[in-house]
Amino acid sequence: MRAKLSSLFDGLLPVIATLAALAVGAVMLLFLRANPLEAYAALWDGAFGSTNAFAETLVKATPLLLVALGICISFRGDVINIGGEGQMIVGAILATWVGLTFTSLPGWLVIVLAMLAGFLGGGIWGGIPGFLKAYFNVNEILSTVMMNAIAVQLMNFMLRGPMIDPSQAELASKIPQTARLLENFRLPRWAPTRLHLGALIAVVLAILVYILLWRTVLGYRIRAVGQNPNASRYAGINVKRYVVLALLLSGAFAGLAGAVQVYGVNYRMITDGSASGFTGSAGFNGIVAALFGQLHPIWSIPASILFGALLVGANKMQRVVQVPSALVIALNGLVVVFVVSSEIWRRRRQRRRLAAAREDDTPPEPDSDTPVKTEVHV
Amino acid sequence: MISDLFSVTVLVGILASGIRLATPYLYAAIGETFGQRSGVLNLGVEGQMLLGAFAAFYVALTTGNLGLAVLVSMLVGAILGLAMAFVTVNLHAQQGISGIGFYLFGLGMSDLLFQKMLGTVETVKGFPKIHIPFLSDIPGLGEIFFSQNLMVYVAYLLVPIAWFVLNKTTLGLKIRSVGENPEAADSLGVSVAGIRYFTIVLGGTLSGVAGASLSIALLNVFQQNMTSGLGFIAVALVYFGGWRPWGVLGGALLFSMVNSLQLWIQVLGIPIPSDIAVMMPYVLTILVLVASVSRVRGPSALTKPFERED
Repeated sequence: MRAKLSSLFDGLLPVIATLAALAVGAVMLLFLRANPLEAYAALWDGAFGSTNAFAETLVKATPLLLVALGICISFRGDVINIGGEGQMIVGAILATWVGLTFTSLPGWLVIVLAMLAGFLGGGIWGGIPGFLKAYFNVNEILSTVMMNAIAVQLMNFMLRGPMIDPSQAELASKIPQTARLLENFRLPRWAPTRLHLGALIAVVLAILVYILLWRTVLGYRIRAVGQNPNASRYAGINVKRYVVLALLLSGAFAGLAGAVQVYGVNYRMITDGSASGFTGSAGFNGIVAALFGQLHPIWSIPASILFGALLVGANKMQRVVQVPSALVIALNGLVVVFVVSSEIWRRRRQRRRLAAAREDDTPPEPDSDTPVKTEVHV
Repeated sequence: MISDLFSVTVLVGILASGIRLATPYLYAAIGETFGQRSGVLNLGVEGQMLLGAFAAFYVALTTGNLGLAVLVSMLVGAILGLAMAFVTVNLHAQQGISGIGFYLFGLGMSDLLFQKMLGTVETVKGFPKIHIPFLSDIPGLGEIFFSQNLMVYVAYLLVPIAWFVLNKTTLGLKIRSVGENPEAADSLGVSVAGIRYFTIVLGGTLSGVAGASLSIALLNVFQQNMTSGLGFIAVALVYFGGWRPWGVLGGALLFSMVNSLQLWIQVLGIPIPSDIAVMMPYVLTILVLVASVSRVRGPSALTKPFERED
């Protein structure tokens, strides 16, 4: 019973941390001379107030979930992937190229090929930092950040040059965008909303990633390397290979997120010169969602919906109480800080539980269900 | 066209702007060096810079007092550093991830304040160039080294100071010992928490100045997300420089010179696509990291929270 209550408390920690962040947000709103209750009510209404609002929330949550799934894999393997933005972009470029090139193939086939291309593109962009970490000891935080910057320029170059919409190429304005995808290449929508098949794909993949991490040898080894690389090495696991694989898979899911954005929402790529112009910062916010979901693929689903709701609701909040939606980005940051800070209480309880178990002289409970390992060394 | 690059005026221009462009990297990376030598990775540099840049710009715009503007940016950076120190030292939070949190906070907050308090992109009269008497009259060299603004000179002055503090003072010895072996340092009576608080707050302060150097000395404007990855590169430069101030200086100069070169390539209209040119400093940084990281070993306790065994 005590153990049950205790694990319930652990599960509630992120919720408590979020409420704390929202409370800080309320103080900020007061400083901005807005009524926090009114602001949060508008935010809720904008995210869940109607069928269409909820559909928009799910549309926003989809790339977050896909990125978060990749983050679950890499963080479990003790590799930090900050490169979601770049991986999304490269995945989207490859997927878009497929759709613009194979125009005579049947729609379903192109969609399948494009999703695979997105997976591949993101995988390459994540695999490079993985390779550099495993074999050249290059810190992956830094290399993934650099890869983000390189991907943005690659996108700008492709959309201004080789992949530019032929009709734009003739105009003086030369808006950097690709041509639109053919109508039968687009992911089916649940009309009249913009909710598309990508959301369902993401949920199915969340279940598959859960199976991958806890029911396959590959997943077991990624987690083993993440928890204790030395022990894994003695157990005969090729640690370097799994470091590369963890980042590669992580990038692949982000790349898929990019492909889904193109085939489900925008139907083309367009750039304003920045990464967030295409990704909407999903590459960063996906990290937030994954952490909030305690690096568990299934828990990442509600976490992604929560952050999707915050992002969508922020627009309504901006209209109603005239507080810029950028507030929500700041709040996301606070949520991250509060959630990682609250980990200390989980660790303390865990230690107390272990100490108690030692006194009872009974073996401690198996910890395999506790999803977050206590420390990530970067 | 390519031959344009090799005229004396252009070369002087490239070198002079390269020296100038290194300024924000130097402030931020020297600050980060102190943090990392004491065992703390601060990934929130970018957020601290953005808020520092905004604060400095706003104060300069409303009061015209540049000294006050820099002071306020330092204060903002220090407060953020204090928060980071509390979270990582007292609450033992994962450093890399809490840094991302602080980055997002600074990104959102600076954008929010910009929209609420300014609304439009304005320019401000920033630090003027100071021509050092006689030295600035030397042809070529004068323009490159002795006709920069105050923020530039101070940034370069920081390098020997940081080197001296880290290597020749008791404080520096304590910082290094806390970063290498906190248990041993603790047993000798060094306050691990105190030293880490000091270095993280110092790092935040310098990140704030780095932001100010952008908004009131180099560009003299403030825009949303105006640092665009600069703070992350500053962190990379610390690894790149092998956690030594002189190494950091070398990295900052190399990165900025390549950046300056690509800017001039665009100005001169040399037919290399600008997007590819902008990419170059980043590609180069990765390559140099590959070549350098495996040689130098970082502080042993980097990213490891310290907890006293009772």
